[in-house]
Amino acid sequence: MAGEKAASEKKPGEKKPGKKKPSEKKPAEQKTGPKEGGEKKKRIRKHHASRNPVLARGIGRYSRSAMYARKALYKRKYTAPETKIEKKKKEKPRATITKPVGGDKNGGSRVVKIRKMPRYYPTEDVPRKLLSHGKKPFSQHKRRLRASITPGTVLILLTGRHRGKRVVFLKQLDTGLLLVTGPLAVNRVPLRRAHQKFVIATSTKVDITGVKIPKHLTDAYFKKKRLRKPKHQEGEIFDTEKEKYEITEQRKSDQKAVDSQVLAQIKKVPQLRGYLRSTFCLSNGVYPHKLVF
Amino acid sequence: VFKRFVEIGRVAFISFGPHAGKLVAIVDVIDQNRALVDGPCSGVRRQAMPFKCMQLTDFVLKFPHSARQKCVRLAWQKENINEKWAATRWAKKIEAREKKAKMTDFDRYKVMKAKKMRNRIIKHEMKKLQKLASKKGKKPEKSEKLEKAPKSEKPGKAPKSEKAQKAQKAQK
Repeated sequence: MAGEKAASEKKPGEKKPGKKKPSEKKPAEQKTGPKEGGEKKKRIRKHHASRNPVLARGIGRYSRSAMYARKALYKRKYTAPETKIEKKKKEKPRATITKPVGGDKNGGSRVVKIRKMPRYYPTEDVPRKLLSHGKKPFSQHKRRLRASITPGTVLILLTGRHRGKRVVFLKQLDTGLLLVTGPLAVNRVPLRRAHQKFVIATSTKVDITGVKIPKHLTDAYFKKKRLRKPKHQEGEIFDTEKEKYEITEQRKSDQKAVDSQVLAQIKKVPQLRGYLRSTFCLSNGVYPHKLVF
Repeated sequence: VFKRFVEIGRVAFISFGPHAGKLVAIVDVIDQNRALVDGPCSGVRRQAMPFKCMQLTDFVLKFPHSARQKCVRLAWQKENINEKWAATRWAKKIEAREKKAKMTDFDRYKVMKAKKMRNRIIKHEMKKLQKLASKKGKKPEKSEKLEKAPKSEKPGKAPKSEKAQKAQKAQK
């Protein structure tokens, strides 16, 4: 016993390379007693040899359930540490809310369910849709830009009320539309969006590297606003729509801020201002497929 | 009637084919349709070429038939064909055509402005001359008309040449 203890005391500090090694290599060892376990909890525990003697290679003496009992696994049940997601899930959302009673029976409070049962169940359920892949919504589409269009390029607008006008390209917005400016003083084109497909990119470029475009110029800034307050008044439905577009002060100030920088660069190139003022047109003998822009 | 003949040493301009736009010298005639041709200074290897794709120029070199490339090259360099060719109107027209095709939208605008200015000046001078002519026509002094006409033409010509130069620069 003493000898065994001495031998076993020497080893507790060692870290065995393979903790789950079969019993053949260490037949005589026993688990360090409860004293050792209690004293050296931090050190790595010596693992018991296999409690399942081998009859032949790959075949043990005891069955799965017998081993369960022998290893006392009924005592050793571990759960995985609770993740943050599970913790969040435990927090139950509020089911009901108390609201004050208004109207006739004023005063007092009533309890109202936040998530109510559906008031209608369709007779036929919606059929299961087949799986599809790669069908993304517009907001997740890849935006491309032609290589010929770089910041500072002079573009020729082909559609819209400013068709034929030559305009300076500033940047591409999140939806893929191009932010473009006349500048206003030159050809009455304000800060505006243009579609890449309906634009000819010329090879003339203005140096816009130093121009700082304000960050609030996004698609939401340029989007058309619609008034929607249908109160089912038959006589006035068509009047409430905003007919006249008014230029807000913010637009004016943004226009000034950007244009002052761009105009400074335009003035450096001779004849560029006149070029931007002119409009593009085709005449006899001029074929777009033969023109070099 | 014919001034340029196919002969040994005639320099020809290739109008179409893989070597379009280059100059070659006719070294020998193979048969009715083809010639042995060489362009050492214009990047054309010695080869047979049909007459149809050649256009004869005014230049003739002196070397014997079937002379080797070195001789052709020497003769070419002695006559300075490359420079002479660049000075001809033919070559200048070709160059102008190429430049016009390469014009960008901005260049076209600049040319338009230059032409407009030039025409204005010319018209202005013309109007001046016409006015003088009509004034002098009433007075029976024909000698004065003759004197005034050449004088006012000269200031008209000077701005013309300036605008022509500007147009050329704009094309570039």
